[in-house]
Amino acid sequence: MSRIGIPRTLAYFIYFPFWKVFFEELNQEVIVSSPTTREIMDDGVRDAVTDACIPIKLYHGHVADIASQVDYIFGPRLVSVRKHGDFGTETFCPKFLGLPDMVRLSMDNIPEIIDVRVDLKQGKDEFFKVCSRVGVFLGKSEKEVKKAYHRALKVQKRFKKLLYQNIMPPDAMDILFAQGERKPLIAQPDLQIAVVGYPYVIYDDYINGRIVSLLEKENVKIYTQDMLSDKIMNRQARNIPKSMFWYFSNRAVYGALHYMQQKNIDGIIHITAFACGPDAIVDRLLEIEAKRHGQVPYLAIMVDEHTGDAGVRTRVEAFLDMLRFRKDKS
Amino acid sequence: MKISFPHMGHSYVALKWLVENTGHECIVPPEPSSRTLDLGVRHSPEFACIPFKILMGTYLEVIEKGAEVILTSGSKGPCRAGLYWVMHQYILEELDVGVKVVAFEPPLCDLKDFFQKIRWVRKTGGLSLKEFVQVLRVTWEKLKAIDEIEKLSHEIRPYETNRGETTRKLWQALDMLDAANNEVDVEDALQEGQKLLQGVSQDRSRNPLKIGIIGEIYVVLEPAANHYIQIMLGEMGVLTDRSIYLSSYTSKNTIENREGDVLEVAKPYLGEAPIGGHGANSIGETILYAQNGFDGIVQLAPFACIPEIVAKSIMPAVSRDHGIPVLTLFIDEQTSKAGVQTRLEAFVDLLDKRRQVKAKRGIERLVI
Repeated sequence: MSRIGIPRTLAYFIYFPFWKVFFEELNQEVIVSSPTTREIMDDGVRDAVTDACIPIKLYHGHVADIASQVDYIFGPRLVSVRKHGDFGTETFCPKFLGLPDMVRLSMDNIPEIIDVRVDLKQGKDEFFKVCSRVGVFLGKSEKEVKKAYHRALKVQKRFKKLLYQNIMPPDAMDILFAQGERKPLIAQPDLQIAVVGYPYVIYDDYINGRIVSLLEKENVKIYTQDMLSDKIMNRQARNIPKSMFWYFSNRAVYGALHYMQQKNIDGIIHITAFACGPDAIVDRLLEIEAKRHGQVPYLAIMVDEHTGDAGVRTRVEAFLDMLRFRKDKS
Repeated sequence: MKISFPHMGHSYVALKWLVENTGHECIVPPEPSSRTLDLGVRHSPEFACIPFKILMGTYLEVIEKGAEVILTSGSKGPCRAGLYWVMHQYILEELDVGVKVVAFEPPLCDLKDFFQKIRWVRKTGGLSLKEFVQVLRVTWEKLKAIDEIEKLSHEIRPYETNRGETTRKLWQALDMLDAANNEVDVEDALQEGQKLLQGVSQDRSRNPLKIGIIGEIYVVLEPAANHYIQIMLGEMGVLTDRSIYLSSYTSKNTIENREGDVLEVAKPYLGEAPIGGHGANSIGETILYAQNGFDGIVQLAPFACIPEIVAKSIMPAVSRDHGIPVLTLFIDEQTSKAGVQTRLEAFVDLLDKRRQVKAKRGIERLVI
């Protein structure tokens, strides 16, 4: 049995249930880095190249956090998960493509990285092939891998179902794995707001300036793009001249466009990370689209390593005040 | 129609000829100036890279001059450059300036769309297919000739005895190419230009340092964006070679006249290629330059360029393993010429010292 470390950032928030079950079925111990803290952030800023965006720096920090406790770091090279986009060439952000190499070459004293290449646009059974490569690496037989794979798929499916019931991913994981109580849904929300952006920014309660807790405290019902099925989202591809090249960006754009068309949504908050390359395009596109969709209120919040909760709070509260004022008037 | 296009190095000489001979009026894009950048920065997203901002400014400038259509390129990603036209179009629509952005996607991705757009340009200009092919052929020859001339100028500049002479002769040669109207003329102009450059008074006894210039295509190709780095280095007496020329980039993605596949040598450091833009190329080219006896590398990239950031974080390992110093310059609207110059001078001093130390130890490699 070996210990496998998974950093609690980037794709963690969407794909963790699958890999947790998969590894545990293969008799491995899964160790997840602790939720982001000041120390993790500082470690990341120190280790990563200065020009990188915050999420990439955070990833370095999370790797440093678990490096001494595990035998392997599970850091797959995420290339693509579907054939999509105008030329079928959708990938993840280029930084994801080079991430295992960046981590390996810029950090000292880290365990071996399982950097299996995930490029699912190759074909239907590509995902199973990826899993068997991981299985073979860990010295497991095909039969064991197959069993683990199907178990894990089932759990991932349940996880997705929970998301479609408008539950935030961290809460959904609690329900799945910690037998946590279901948080009571807000019965009479004051406002309904769509929060869009990358999963690793929205759901990381440290880096987002605790915006989610703040909104919940203000009796706001939150919707995110991950609560929509692919079918609903992909319809939006027609409404923009060219799809983005990046998976998470496409989801943020489609999700935002979908919510802009919903009558019950009072406003859109786009959370973006400092120096995020794709977001330079995504953010301005959403801003213009919000204007074109009948002046949907739109707030962009950029977070970085110095973001203080107070700064975010002031801006979000002002936004909420404006939304309430607008609602009362109509 | 009044057609314009982005400014990229000296390519406008050939593209101007193309537009004019297709039966349209050409609004030649001005060389990017501080005004271009100001305009661009004002209307671009904050974290868009510098090429986006320069293009934005250029478009606004050519629109002032009356451009109705802007021809540009797309791509299949994952570098942001393939989405430039989408955002430029959005922003220009918001500004309500009444211009049409026509983007050519790579023919390998969408052949039909590519030919439809080509056909549209040809038909509106009133050219027969045969004439149009001829025009394209001459344009291609011109592009190649421009690159040849420029390459030669960089080879001669470090030897010049009268500072600035090569650059003046280069402009004369480009003017001659500008005036050429068919394939024979282009060939003649090229030979005349080469003669002109070779006539620059030189001191061939020098043994200049050799620096390879790599990085993101736009800031490498556009002297106004990189503060004329090749001329600057040349006048410091450094021989520069850059990895990308427009004509070779268009036809293939490997370095010309150099053996080995760039992406293949980058494999041990970067397991995925391409990663968009020239990220993986930067790694491979650094290794090839090191193997070819270059003294140092200057990596040019726009601030917040995604692929080059990946390359930069891998670069220290490459530099260490292959014993070649690398200076990375991230360029944005705040970068000043004096800042670039200071850092280059320091870098060149360092390389010079390094060479002396090596020579003393008698381990200087044969310079090819």
